[in-house]
Amino acid sequence: MIGTLHLVRLALRRSRILLPVWIFFLVFTTLSTTTALEEVYGTQQSRALLGATANANSAFLAMLGPLHDWSTLGGLVAWRWGVFAGLFIAIMALLVVTRHTRAEEEAGRTELVSAAVVGRHAHLAAAVIVAGGTSLLIGVLQALVLIGKDLPADGAWAFGLSTASVGLVFTGVSAFTAQLSENSRVSNALAGGFLGVIYLLRAAGDAAGESGPQWLTWFSPIGWTEQVRSFGDNRFWVLLIPLAVFVVLVGTSAYVVTRRDVGLGLLPTRLGPAHGKIGTPFGLAWRLQKGSLIGWSVALFVVGVIYGSVAQAVGQMVEDNPTLGQIVQQIGGADAMVDAFFATVTQLIGLISSIYLVQAVLRLRSEETSFRAEPLLATPVSRWGWVASHAVFALVGGAIVLAFAGLGLGLVHGLQIGDVGTALPKMLGAALVQLPAAWVVAGVALVLFGLFPQFTGVSWAVVSASLVITLLGPALQLDQWALDVSPFTHVPKYPDIVAGPLLWLSAVAVVLLAAGFAGFRRRDLTT
Amino acid sequence: MTSAISVSGLVKTFGPTRALDDLNLDVQTGEVHGFLGPNGAGKSTTIRILLGLLRADSGTARLLGGDPWKDTAALHRRLAYVPGDVNLWPNLTGGEVIDLLGRLRGGLNKARRAELLERFELDPRKKGRTYSKGNRQKVALVAALSSDVELLILDEPTSGLDPLMEAVFQDCINDERERGRTVLLSSHILAEVEALCDRVSIIRNGHIVETGTLADLRHLTRTSISAELAGPPNGLTSMAGVHDLVAEGNRVKFEVDSDKLDPVLKQLVSSGVRTLTSQPPTLEELFLRHYEDTK
Repeated sequence: MIGTLHLVRLALRRSRILLPVWIFFLVFTTLSTTTALEEVYGTQQSRALLGATANANSAFLAMLGPLHDWSTLGGLVAWRWGVFAGLFIAIMALLVVTRHTRAEEEAGRTELVSAAVVGRHAHLAAAVIVAGGTSLLIGVLQALVLIGKDLPADGAWAFGLSTASVGLVFTGVSAFTAQLSENSRVSNALAGGFLGVIYLLRAAGDAAGESGPQWLTWFSPIGWTEQVRSFGDNRFWVLLIPLAVFVVLVGTSAYVVTRRDVGLGLLPTRLGPAHGKIGTPFGLAWRLQKGSLIGWSVALFVVGVIYGSVAQAVGQMVEDNPTLGQIVQQIGGADAMVDAFFATVTQLIGLISSIYLVQAVLRLRSEETSFRAEPLLATPVSRWGWVASHAVFALVGGAIVLAFAGLGLGLVHGLQIGDVGTALPKMLGAALVQLPAAWVVAGVALVLFGLFPQFTGVSWAVVSASLVITLLGPALQLDQWALDVSPFTHVPKYPDIVAGPLLWLSAVAVVLLAAGFAGFRRRDLTT
Repeated sequence: MTSAISVSGLVKTFGPTRALDDLNLDVQTGEVHGFLGPNGAGKSTTIRILLGLLRADSGTARLLGGDPWKDTAALHRRLAYVPGDVNLWPNLTGGEVIDLLGRLRGGLNKARRAELLERFELDPRKKGRTYSKGNRQKVALVAALSSDVELLILDEPTSGLDPLMEAVFQDCINDERERGRTVLLSSHILAEVEALCDRVSIIRNGHIVETGTLADLRHLTRTSISAELAGPPNGLTSMAGVHDLVAEGNRVKFEVDSDKLDPVLKQLVSSGVRTLTSQPPTLEELFLRHYEDTK
């Protein structure tokens, strides 16, 4: 354990931006969720209604768990944010632990450090201290924020510590998966896969309500946070389970560390094929990009399923609420409400998809800076062909990803209204009209790559600006010219789809792409 | 003899630094040409221009009769390149990379691929991320050497290889010479260049300072002589071309300009020679002579 403190300081130094961002994100969301719920559900009556809807809708139950105590604001916060806070803190913990254990080892830096006066367990200990400490800090800050909002202190502490407990469990999980493989991505994937399983375990336990197999939630660290019943019974003793799991996992990992060589994992490394089948630039790009394409397709499909499943409930909730109902009648009834919901959701999906498109384009730049483009371009592969092999993943891949989102929305919404045949093509269309705007963002990334390769990072600023302008612009009452900066402002709103803006957005994208191609054809390869 | 590579007056600047400054280089078809210089002298920049990866500011470069910037794809079908810093895709095995690069060049010789893998003792089933620097270089070497191309451009290809593999590499390059291929071998390892190259060009600060066969270049240098004479040496001090003379009794040590060797030896013989060792100039000395005055 000698040297642990130095390594803790090193880890904090290396993650001096990442950790504060996670802490701010989780604590701030706790605060904003509380404020929003306080405003929307200020009256006892509106809470009772929410409680009845939430506990009767299996989509809500699967996503957020049961609303145990709808009579208090604290109960609402624990329901609306508890499961997601647990998910996010788990992701934080597993990324941080892998980053400071297996990723270091894989990069060969552990070897360098271990040759100094550093104990065998110091790396693991430092990573556990940093990730576990951050989890506890987030829990404490959450509790303080909730107490600051005048919520009962015991409930606030129960909620904060519940969230922290998920962070601790995944600190342990990731400490263990880091021992298994030589590859940090496999370590992250194993821990992330486990997170998915325990989320689904509790979703399955909660989905059917009282009549379902609720005992399943007792096998899930996120289920435990539900079982604490923050702001209700405040069963602090439940937290002993995650604590024990944390201790066992960290202890096991520490034991494995003493039994294995530096750089190796418990799982054997697999050898790959001795002969390759790839023989074209596109074949290589497919190999490099397919994981991301499949991952994004699945993720956006799930997003579509989730939003599709609540759309009907949105309509119902308004109809059930007499005061809201009147307002809604004036703007066109519950159907208009559902349409407006889909317009917002598909716009959000379009914005999210632009992250995928930009990332697909920027693969070109990372191939260039890592010197992997050089040997390729020293073969008869033309510059044009190489750029096209990756750009196609932004252009066509973007369509695939959006289509999966539309598929998820349409299938689930169609099943709920009992008319898949109508809902599916409508939702596919609503998702795909976002494509030209996403192409424009990808076009900007390609122009940067072709003409100003040192500044490809600016692409992310463009993505962020589109997100902020489109999502917050109307609320911030930005001027129209400012709103017009985001290509997504010009996408026609569902259900009034017109071709005009789609055509000129596509034309802008074509011009940008052509400029990017031409620029790259003329420039030096640089790093 | 035709030129496989002919470069004249090449200039390339990166911002304020002048990486290549009026560079002239001529590589004849069928020869192994050593391209010698320390890090940062402009070797890789020259090679990248020849590959059409960088564009020259001015000057002309001809490669296999074509323009490296304009006729890129056509020329690349006829050459293979091994970069100095080989980075592989972490998820692809060495074998997959070899086959990919080979196919992109229009196919590779399977028998030769198998033979090279054996000679370099390389396991092609490992993933890119698990190879050491030397093994990554072997992947690129096997890919290049098993392609049927006219020209091999190798940028410090052995910097990660151990001495055993260095010997294998030298064998391979000698085989290539017999096959009639042209090789441009950039290196800062003098022994390697000395063992392999027909002709050498030395680059300094983006400019070729010396070019020719090893014999030509040796002509420009000094031979070290140490001798034990029958009597005291006389007349040596005043002779043209003799440097760093140390005389102790009947023993002498000195260096002599290679073109003055004949008169100096005659002078020694006149004193009566008991033992004589002469050391031919090494490339090392040649190299150092050109770089000493850069400081």
